[in-house]
Amino acid sequence: MKIVVCIKQVPDTTEIKINPVTGTLIRDGVPSIMNPDDKGALEMALRLKDQYGAHVTVITMGPPQADLILREAFAMGADRAILLTDRRFAGADTLATSNALAGALKTMDFDIVFAGRQAIDGDTAQVGPEMAEHLGLPQVSYVIDLNVKNENTVIVKKETEDGYQMLEADTPCVLTVLASANKARYMSVAGIVNAYNREVEIWSADSIDVDESKLGLKGSPTKVQKSFAKGLKQAGEVFEVDAEEAVGIIVSKLKEKFII
Amino acid sequence: MNFNLTKTQELFRQMIREFAEKEVKPLAAEIDEQERFPAETVKKMAELGIFGIPVPTQYGGAGGDNLMYSIAIEELSRACATTGVVVSAHTSLCVAPIMEHGTEEQKMKYLPKLASGEWIGAFGLTEPNAGTDAAGQQTTAVLDGDEWVLNGNKIFITNAGPAHVYIVIAMTDKSLKTKGISAFIVEAGTPGFEIGKKELKMGIRGSATAELIFNNCRIPKGNLLGKIGGGFPIAMKTLDGGRIGIAAQALGIAQAALDETVKYTKERKQFGKAIGQFQNTQFQMADLKTKVEAARLLVRSAAFKKDSGVPYSPDAAMAKLFAAETAMEVTTKAVQFHGGYGYTREYPVERMMRDAKITEIYEGTSEVQRMVIAANLYK
Amino acid sequence: MDKSAYKHVYVFVEQRDGVIQPVAFELLGKARDLADALGEKVVALFPGYQIANSCQTLIEHGADEVICADNAQLKDYLTEQYVQVITQVIEEYKPSILLLGATTIGRDLGPRLAARITTGLTADCTRLEISEDRELWSTRPAFGGNLMATIVNSTHRPQMSTVRPGVMQKREADPTRNGEIINFEPKLDESKFKVRLLETVKEDKGKVDITEAKILISGGRGVGCKENFEKLEQLAGVLDAEVSTSRAMVDAGIMPHDRQVGQTGKTVRPNLYFALGISGAIQHLAGMEESDFIVAINKDKFAPIFQVSDLGIVGDVNKIVPLLTERLAQELKK
Repeated sequence: MKIVVCIKQVPDTTEIKINPVTGTLIRDGVPSIMNPDDKGALEMALRLKDQYGAHVTVITMGPPQADLILREAFAMGADRAILLTDRRFAGADTLATSNALAGALKTMDFDIVFAGRQAIDGDTAQVGPEMAEHLGLPQVSYVIDLNVKNENTVIVKKETEDGYQMLEADTPCVLTVLASANKARYMSVAGIVNAYNREVEIWSADSIDVDESKLGLKGSPTKVQKSFAKGLKQAGEVFEVDAEEAVGIIVSKLKEKFII
Repeated sequence: MNFNLTKTQELFRQMIREFAEKEVKPLAAEIDEQERFPAETVKKMAELGIFGIPVPTQYGGAGGDNLMYSIAIEELSRACATTGVVVSAHTSLCVAPIMEHGTEEQKMKYLPKLASGEWIGAFGLTEPNAGTDAAGQQTTAVLDGDEWVLNGNKIFITNAGPAHVYIVIAMTDKSLKTKGISAFIVEAGTPGFEIGKKELKMGIRGSATAELIFNNCRIPKGNLLGKIGGGFPIAMKTLDGGRIGIAAQALGIAQAALDETVKYTKERKQFGKAIGQFQNTQFQMADLKTKVEAARLLVRSAAFKKDSGVPYSPDAAMAKLFAAETAMEVTTKAVQFHGGYGYTREYPVERMMRDAKITEIYEGTSEVQRMVIAANLYK
Repeated sequence: MDKSAYKHVYVFVEQRDGVIQPVAFELLGKARDLADALGEKVVALFPGYQIANSCQTLIEHGADEVICADNAQLKDYLTEQYVQVITQVIEEYKPSILLLGATTIGRDLGPRLAARITTGLTADCTRLEISEDRELWSTRPAFGGNLMATIVNSTHRPQMSTVRPGVMQKREADPTRNGEIINFEPKLDESKFKVRLLETVKEDKGKVDITEAKILISGGRGVGCKENFEKLEQLAGVLDAEVSTSRAMVDAGIMPHDRQVGQTGKTVRPNLYFALGISGAIQHLAGMEESDFIVAINKDKFAPIFQVSDLGIVGDVNKIVPLLTERLAQELKK
């Protein structure tokens, strides 16, 4: 079984703070991490490696610094890592990103492509399904569990708003996974010691199977017109009192506001 | 000269910090409160290979270095000093002497299980009448046919109980004084070997600290570690390495108290402004931060020297002395900055202050470190 | 591309088991505003099976036309089946704008569709407007809700956006509205159907969807464990409220994901929101700060939740909640 996992390096948005005076984002010192849903996807792939000896390739598109998450993937147990990096990829929206990834995948052999459902910097959840379309492969998104039925079929559990669905998909297919699907493993110490002794393959736009007009800014239908920070509302009163008194305050406030 | 961690060490720091934050820190208050050994955390650490960081891969270890090991102890202790010392005592005091002084057979027998964390290690040197003066050993080992027979008691032994493998120092020939001391490997469950009462401690309360009791305990002849009469230098060398671990533990505690205090003094308001805005706070905090950074450089320099294979005994002593005293100072001041809240268990700084104290005492008190440093200065 | 060939505001009408989802009505309401600004029509694009009876209600809620694709293959949502039918509609009718709900269906369908017809798609929008040059401006949160970005697609058609449920206002049904219903016969290529639905399970989470609740009792890390959430359930029982949670409790496996409020969970705007033992990470705030009235209880007096709460109490939720439950039970009996 051959698996490819698409991962992305993202700023840890939980560490982003808003400057209370200017209302702008403070991005300095925000660490870069492997996107949480992608880590869930990688964990799902690594479990297939544990169970069936699957060969796991990770691929990311990004600047040279994105090498870090590929090393992390090695240290978690990935077998092969590819960094798609080229100025021609820059400025890509989800469609152009999905074209680049699909272009790379077209040159590879695989049974399952995993991706995270969405990245925490953009929260679009679009790249996975768009990539599946370019590849002409079936997709299931919001995957929280997976079982291999036979050589050509997987059974997946898809989370929905009010429960879940069980779906059967022919392979090869594209699955987008939620971080909550599993608890991703930590890098192992031995894996870390070896991570930088291994080769990350660097691919450019010339290495992949895609028309260059579909890449980067040129290949992106959507543009950011403007962006602005979202202000916080004003704080209300805060009381530091004992439990009895607190209950009294809450009840009288709710009455005052006609909520009860 | 390069003060940066290597990429590998940096990746390791990222992993161990995340692990410490997510798996270790949430349990810190609970295991302290309940004086409970963190068995669940030990299992998780074992799976990741944290019990075999500097052990070569041919013995089932991760093949890492002592600097990585010191980072592990620092980061774990930053979250929970108890967890830090479990790994430190295991690695520095049991795994290291087997790695450095064991026969190939002993290494093959013990290191894979110790490195994988399937077995935990401990070290027995201190006795009721042999503390700082370690040469006053009263535990004896007598060769009887193919077996050594051990008699005596060891006290204040970290990991006693949970550990499976104990390095035990005993007198094999009293007339030779320190040259009559030898080291042995004793497995838990050996007849005549029992764990005595568990100590109730001020700090690091989750770590198991207990007495080892040997009553005609017979171990195979092959469990002698090193040469007959070679035990004293083994013990001293082991403690040299152990001091890097304890220095890293102290550093982690100091860093944690510093972090907590920065957070608190940014938010706590008195007289209309955050107390971190007062110059008295800022100057004291600047001094503490400087000491923590200086301690870190001493710890890393000692670990780096050990990795480079050059003598590091005084470096380890200086690192431990300075980091331990810094930890005590930072945690004490952290409690002071927190005021009444700092004295309560609602905030972690009181635990850190209790935990910090032991770093000035075990694996050589601060006085012993000064003796080691001075002896090297006047040799 | 000749953009002038593309006209009208289309809404993908999501149904499950034949029941039109609330987000479809919300989108029709918004589409009406956009179409009026453009002087164009609102078209409801309605795939499903045995749904003909529901077309009229779409007109009453703002549609000028309904394109109804009633086919047994479209009974349950499956990506490829739906993409084929909608692609055929787009090719035939050339919409200028296509809106979908940012539900698990809309967010699966939207990008696949956008890639097939090669156009841009903006995800999970919270604001839509028509610019002076008649483009669709879609505004959405990014960076964990820290930043708002307005996205345009001025080169490709249709302009597509998925829209967050619960954000747009639906219109009251107007039974006097008239509109045209067009039956659309899709030509489905079954050889492309490679995913089969085995089972749909509604988990009896026993409760109302948290986005629909008027009162939410939301518990976070400070609540701690499953047993303590029982106390929250009791308070919810008294107030006829629902229990929700923060990401930390979902990650810890204590609460299910469908109860999660926040950037990666659901956006809620109840009349009353209790934030209990929730520190107020920015992602959480993104999902609840528009609640009408927010009561926060937290041990940490510096918790950021107190910056958005209308009433804050510094204290232990696990002590206060049982007392509050008891007191409210008495009050409400009166």
